[in-house]
Amino acid sequence: MQFAKLIARNALRHKLRTGLTVLGLLIALLSFGLLQTVVGAWYAGANAAAPDRLVTRNAISLVFPMPPHYREKIRAVEGVKSVGAANWFGGIYQDPKKFFPQFAIDAAPYFAMYPEYRLDESDKRAFLRDRAGAVVGRKLADTYGFRVGDTLPLRGTIFPGDWTFTVRAIYDGAETRTDTSQMFFHWDYLNETMKRRVPRRANQVGVFVVQIADPARSAEVSQAIDAQFRNSLAETLTETEKAFQLGFVAMTEAIVVGIRVVSFVVIFIILAVMANTMAMTARERLPEYATLKALGFAPGYVAALVFGESLAIAAVGAALGIGLTFPVAAWFGTQTGTLFPALEVSPATVAMQLGCALAVGIAAAVLPGRRAARVRIVEGLRAIG
Amino acid sequence: MKAIPLAYSLRNLWTRKLTTALTAGGMALVVFVLAAVLMLDAGLRRALVATGQPDNILVTRRSAGTEVQSGIERAQAALVEAQPEIAGRSKETVVLIAQPKRGGGAVSNVTVRGLSHEGVALRPQVRLSAGRMFRPGSTEVVAGRSIAERFAGTGLGERLRFGGRDWLVVGLFDAGGSGFDSEIWGDVDQMMQSFRRQAYSSVLARLADPAAFEALKLRLEADPRLTLDVKRERQFYEEQSAALSNFIRILGLTLSVIFSLGATIGAMITMYAAVANRTSEIGALRALGFRRGAILAAFLAEALFLAVLGWVLGLALASLMQLVHISTMNWQSFSELAFSFDLTPKIVLQSLAFALVMGLAGGVLPALQAARLKIVDALRAA
Repeated sequence: MQFAKLIARNALRHKLRTGLTVLGLLIALLSFGLLQTVVGAWYAGANAAAPDRLVTRNAISLVFPMPPHYREKIRAVEGVKSVGAANWFGGIYQDPKKFFPQFAIDAAPYFAMYPEYRLDESDKRAFLRDRAGAVVGRKLADTYGFRVGDTLPLRGTIFPGDWTFTVRAIYDGAETRTDTSQMFFHWDYLNETMKRRVPRRANQVGVFVVQIADPARSAEVSQAIDAQFRNSLAETLTETEKAFQLGFVAMTEAIVVGIRVVSFVVIFIILAVMANTMAMTARERLPEYATLKALGFAPGYVAALVFGESLAIAAVGAALGIGLTFPVAAWFGTQTGTLFPALEVSPATVAMQLGCALAVGIAAAVLPGRRAARVRIVEGLRAIG
Repeated sequence: MKAIPLAYSLRNLWTRKLTTALTAGGMALVVFVLAAVLMLDAGLRRALVATGQPDNILVTRRSAGTEVQSGIERAQAALVEAQPEIAGRSKETVVLIAQPKRGGGAVSNVTVRGLSHEGVALRPQVRLSAGRMFRPGSTEVVAGRSIAERFAGTGLGERLRFGGRDWLVVGLFDAGGSGFDSEIWGDVDQMMQSFRRQAYSSVLARLADPAAFEALKLRLEADPRLTLDVKRERQFYEEQSAALSNFIRILGLTLSVIFSLGATIGAMITMYAAVANRTSEIGALRALGFRRGAILAAFLAEALFLAVLGWVLGLALASLMQLVHISTMNWQSFSELAFSFDLTPKIVLQSLAFALVMGLAGGVLPALQAARLKIVDALRAA
């Protein structure tokens, strides 16, 4: 009790200095937490992937299509439960900056395969009945104020021309990490329109999402699907949804690595600040430490005082920094709109923040603590100021 | 008014080496982050600006955005080619292939461009660095420098498989750090056949007179038989990098500003301690006849020296980044793009200004406190 009181009194002796150090820690841990959360959002697609879903695409690359009759051939493969086509539409809503993902899908099987997209039953029926209907996610709807019944105009980039859809349903996510920033519409509508506009671009499928009966057999089924189309004009590559999503992450790996590195730089910056604070504190108090030792306190006790003060400051900074991470991340999520599908502060991030605060608290006290423990009584008492 | 010699401020920093090193170290890290981000953005811009020739124009399908998304029918391409302003032309097909990187594992999208020898000549920055150019009408390809280093099967003499055929790499080219370094080139007719394409992706043309651009653009874009966009090549590639460049810059600047708060706080703590430790010294200086302004200047100079020290360290660290090459996917073109950190004189000055602002922000309050001390109180503190 006496020890804790001593530490508290010591920490509060230079209120301005302690306050500034805590503020620095708060900023550092907050920005560290936000950066880790943003990196986590990169993996949102991969984390939301279900083990029973496979993705089949053209083996050359995603920009090459497959013919629609592959749908039936894939469905016939043993172990396959359901198949749905999906095309990346890549349309522009008003301005290229207002980006959100749009997919043309085989609606009925697709929503059956993605139970995490929750739709109101009557809205869903209305969507299935309307050829030019669309379904948007809750986050997307909130960002641009879409309501059921609104028209949604898009300018095509991959599929030329102007397109108009009617919002028929809004889906919610089963979990907070479910991506609700997407828009879906009927693949048939895309195909019929393309047949009229550019016939040679019709009958093209971007990817097939395949649901399998037994997730343990995913490798086997993938191979069986690809074997169907070997030596055809459009050879396929089938992988699990998770591998497919991680493929995207790998393409922008350099950026993810960059953000990770930078997030640790801020920890080093605050370590320098904190170490400086503790070094100055210990230097100023050398005569006191010498006095304590002269009174019979062990060197370990004196060192513990320095470590205790450092850890106490780090703990206050950590509590404030971590506490603020949640509201700031939520605010950041609303500001960036549909850019990051799921911005969620994970327990791992909080654990890393705590770990960093602890490491900074200890590392900053190592040199000053040693100096305090080793000070010779005579020297310490002689030194003034 | 007599000024306190600069040596006074410098010596004070020297006396407390650990504190000076830690404070300057914190600032150095901030300068490093800022400079590295600006260098990355400069490198990206240089790569994409160097990709375009000032007198070349690029024709794509209207609102296609990228060459890969674009499609130009043969009849449309013939109309474009026949325009009187055009001195050189190349009808091209551009596709992406998913290719594994060397050392196994990650797959990324590589741009493959089918073009004619005339198209190669339209890009004078491209030079063969090994082997020879592909022969027209053959399944030979040449690979850009950054591609050959990074992707499996793209080195000289190696074969890669796409479009149901094997393609032999007969040469490597160096495009002077431009976007073409991240491409593979081959014969346009062979590629169209392999990918079963009926339409070209884009038409690149050289204007006999660059001034004729506006008139040509107006005429082509107004032609009802064509639904095409006509752009200067340089402008086209600048637009390709806009999203990635904005992302890097906004993220980097935001982080630099937030991080600088931490380093500024560090400087402030150091300077407050410096003032507190030297209260009696300040009293003595005032008693000797130095004015408040001189005290203020001396402490500000000390803070600025700290900042300059941090700047030198940070910039030295950042200049090492010039040895690093970054390769990532450009979201807009959905393909791999290699670029490097580019240290420009502007960045040197920008980071210096940033460091000085940090030093000033950290030093101004403590320096004011020092200048406001009363002689009697300060002398009594000793």
